[in-house]
Amino acid sequence: MTTNVSPYIPNTDADRELMLAAIGVNSIDDLVLDIPQAHRFPALDLRPALSEFDLVAEIAALASKNATPGDYACFLGAGAYRHYIPSVVKSVVARGEFLTSYTPYQPEVAQGTLQVGFEFQSMICEITGMEVANAGMYDGPTAFAEGALMACRITRRQTIAVLDAVDPRNVQILDAYARHQGIQITVIGHGDALPDDAACLMFQSPDQFGAIEDMAALAEKAHSAGALAVASVNPTSLGMFRTPGECDVDIATAEGQALGVPLSFGGPYVGLFACKDAHKRQMPGRIIGRTTDTKDRVGYALTLQTREQHIRRERATSNICTSTALIGLLMTTYLAVIGRSGFKKVAELCYHKAHYASARIDQLPGYAVKSGGPFFHEFMVECPLPPAEINRALLGKKIIGGHDMSDRSLNGMLICVTEVNTRAEIDALVAALGEIARPRQ
Amino acid sequence: MNAPYPGEIDRRLLNERSVSGRIGLQLQELDVPEQALPEPGLLRTDEARLPEVSQQEVVRYFTTLSTMNFSIDANFYPLGSCTMKYNPKVNEEMAFLPGMAGIHPHQPDETVQGALQLIWELQRDLGEITGLPGVCLGPLAGAQGEYSGLMIARAYFEERGDIGRIVALMPDSAHGTNPASASMAGLEVVTLPSDSEGNVDVEALKALADERTCVFMLTLPSTLGLFEPNILEITNIIHEAGGLVYADGANLNALLGIVKLGDLGFDIAHSNLHKTFSTPHGGGGPGAGPVLVSETLAPFLPTPVVSRDGHTYRLDAPDKSVGRVNGFHGSFGVLVRAYAYVRAIGAEGMREVSENAIINANYIRTALSDEFGIAADRACMHECVFSPQAQKAKGATALDISKRLIDYGIHPPTMYFPLIVPEALMVEPTETETKDTLDRFIAVMRQINKEISSDPDLLHDAPHDTPNTRLDEASAARKPYLRWQPEQNLTASD
Repeated sequence: MTTNVSPYIPNTDADRELMLAAIGVNSIDDLVLDIPQAHRFPALDLRPALSEFDLVAEIAALASKNATPGDYACFLGAGAYRHYIPSVVKSVVARGEFLTSYTPYQPEVAQGTLQVGFEFQSMICEITGMEVANAGMYDGPTAFAEGALMACRITRRQTIAVLDAVDPRNVQILDAYARHQGIQITVIGHGDALPDDAACLMFQSPDQFGAIEDMAALAEKAHSAGALAVASVNPTSLGMFRTPGECDVDIATAEGQALGVPLSFGGPYVGLFACKDAHKRQMPGRIIGRTTDTKDRVGYALTLQTREQHIRRERATSNICTSTALIGLLMTTYLAVIGRSGFKKVAELCYHKAHYASARIDQLPGYAVKSGGPFFHEFMVECPLPPAEINRALLGKKIIGGHDMSDRSLNGMLICVTEVNTRAEIDALVAALGEIARPRQ
Repeated sequence: MNAPYPGEIDRRLLNERSVSGRIGLQLQELDVPEQALPEPGLLRTDEARLPEVSQQEVVRYFTTLSTMNFSIDANFYPLGSCTMKYNPKVNEEMAFLPGMAGIHPHQPDETVQGALQLIWELQRDLGEITGLPGVCLGPLAGAQGEYSGLMIARAYFEERGDIGRIVALMPDSAHGTNPASASMAGLEVVTLPSDSEGNVDVEALKALADERTCVFMLTLPSTLGLFEPNILEITNIIHEAGGLVYADGANLNALLGIVKLGDLGFDIAHSNLHKTFSTPHGGGGPGAGPVLVSETLAPFLPTPVVSRDGHTYRLDAPDKSVGRVNGFHGSFGVLVRAYAYVRAIGAEGMREVSENAIINANYIRTALSDEFGIAADRACMHECVFSPQAQKAKGATALDISKRLIDYGIHPPTMYFPLIVPEALMVEPTETETKDTLDRFIAVMRQINKEISSDPDLLHDAPHDTPNTRLDEASAARKPYLRWQPEQNLTASD
């Protein structure tokens, strides 16, 4: 008797023999005759299989080569944010019934996933003040880009105006999404008029430098030019600051990562996508609706599916299929645990700590806080040295400094402070920045 | 509250359980002096109506919801084209190591060498498995990998000044994302009929391939579960016409160590790591859809890729990159899981995966084709498509059979796809199922076939024991009810 090699493949030699006999062939070779013989069964230059013990050791060794926030104080943001993730969130998301299920095309056996998705949509509407939301997009930037494409469909216009305070990374992704659809992208300043044929004005609040935008004024500006207002917002900030809904924004998007999702080196995250009710049939992505079953009991199902690629094919509102349901579950659980008062309080903790840090850094010789206007939990600092140099010195003190913005602002560093940054960490950062700036003797 | 009944599941939403004053988490106190607030005009005037529930209520709510799902962990899930194989538990643990799950995407390269090395190794391994050495792991799902691949094709022709190539050819059995992505890439979709055997109609392809052809998009094995016997001739026809050949890698689980896409003449492919490479599907994502290309096309890959210089790894933008398709470096957590899978399987194991997937599918095909009708009566690869038209004539549709399977604890196959097969039931058992499980599935299908004659209502009313019976999807679409609202006068807007 030979023992199986892989724990993931149950068939033994004896099983295979029985099955091949039942199929009526002698060997696997007889089942792959359509494959050109010259190319059949190529050698693969891969490393040999590892036992689970060795696998864990190898990946743990890789992990240990990374500097991990937590071991280091970390002041990075710029699109991904470190927040406390409650235990309950990690415990719920580990449940195999959620983790190992498929997209809920068969609603009778996916009511768990579907009801979570309905909660997710409801919560997005609550935090953004918008009327309807979909069940999630890949990430914040792709949701923002899909928002622009949706505005083009609604207005039947082909020009997208983007405010110059939007993170250039978001504009790059928009460009990748819009490039082949005959859509023009125009970057404009706050004082510039919209092009006549603009489908939308796209803006981001807080902007790439951390400043809160006047979303109501921007929405009005868009509307007066017959365009839609498409916003990208920081969801944590909505515990304190005006919502896109209150500001009459037409399509609101967000990176949902800040709400209970691990940083995980940039993904997987979840894009939040909400809009005015009038536009719901132009939304991209999955949408979950409440309905009833044959016994008149409440249940949930994917709905408005005629927008989607598996039905509409080349005329679909988006090509998106597999999305980010499980990350949506993380976010939904997070918001359930922190709840109505916690959502406000997390925002307030971030706000006060960030403003404490900015006031102290602004007093340091050689440093100046540059955000100018109101901000939430991120602010621009002009440093006396190139930020890369400062960040190298900070690493030696077990601090991961702010995001290097010197490509767009002289010696600019974007510093983010959230509720996980203790006063001791902030004070250590301030002390270290002061030390680094002092001319060496 | 309505009168309770035995077996009732409390389906109330969180906000319907909310009691003012309850909290689910004790947050830390502010440890710095309170700072001045911004002007009131900037502040939100209402409160987000999030639930107020205790911690145990949260846990019990989500735990109860989870029990209303079928999942691979609990059920046989022979969902064609979705490769619902076992998702190893150790991979979850690896993805949640603090040194993986806790790192920030903007950290300087020198502080994330372990993560970058993992990406680099996985790029190399996937390039080796597919024979397409240019790899970007960034795309967040199959459809984004597809779109990236098509952008690459367009950039390649644009660079050569060959700008008239605006047609994406594809067979009529293609996945819906193929035409949707092609149209996003500004390509005109031209559909090619399949021949009676379910193969690409080579003569029709010859007639259509010309100087307007940008790509021919082909799923291999096809969505009928068949390996295209004329594959070398097909890739040659497209290359002769100056076009590129794209492989939809949704069905790559049939090809590991069996054949390399690059050897067959494919120029571009994507792979769904949440299918072939065992990362969990999560009820609809997250996935990862790496795009893989020939050496010629590698300079056009999306940004970033990871390159190696001695023992140092860095994030890089390829020379002629088509740009960024998402926020950061891809679904890194998914990549960690896929890396763990590749390392656990190893060189020898890859072929074993596909061989067993092929044997399992053929075992089911052989056992059930007489009773249920088969779309193509020849050896299949990792999946097969039944066409129960005889059953339909007796009043039991593919939908009815699917729903009745649920009563036996088995997830339905993919239904009504590919579109070219009447009453299609696409069955993909994967290599991780035991012969016992397959035997039980076969027995259940035969039992259901008997029920069609003996008690057809068992099928029409199925499923019976799920939290919901069949749902009224038509009225859900007609009057969309998409969010919790406090008032009970739930008037939908249209």
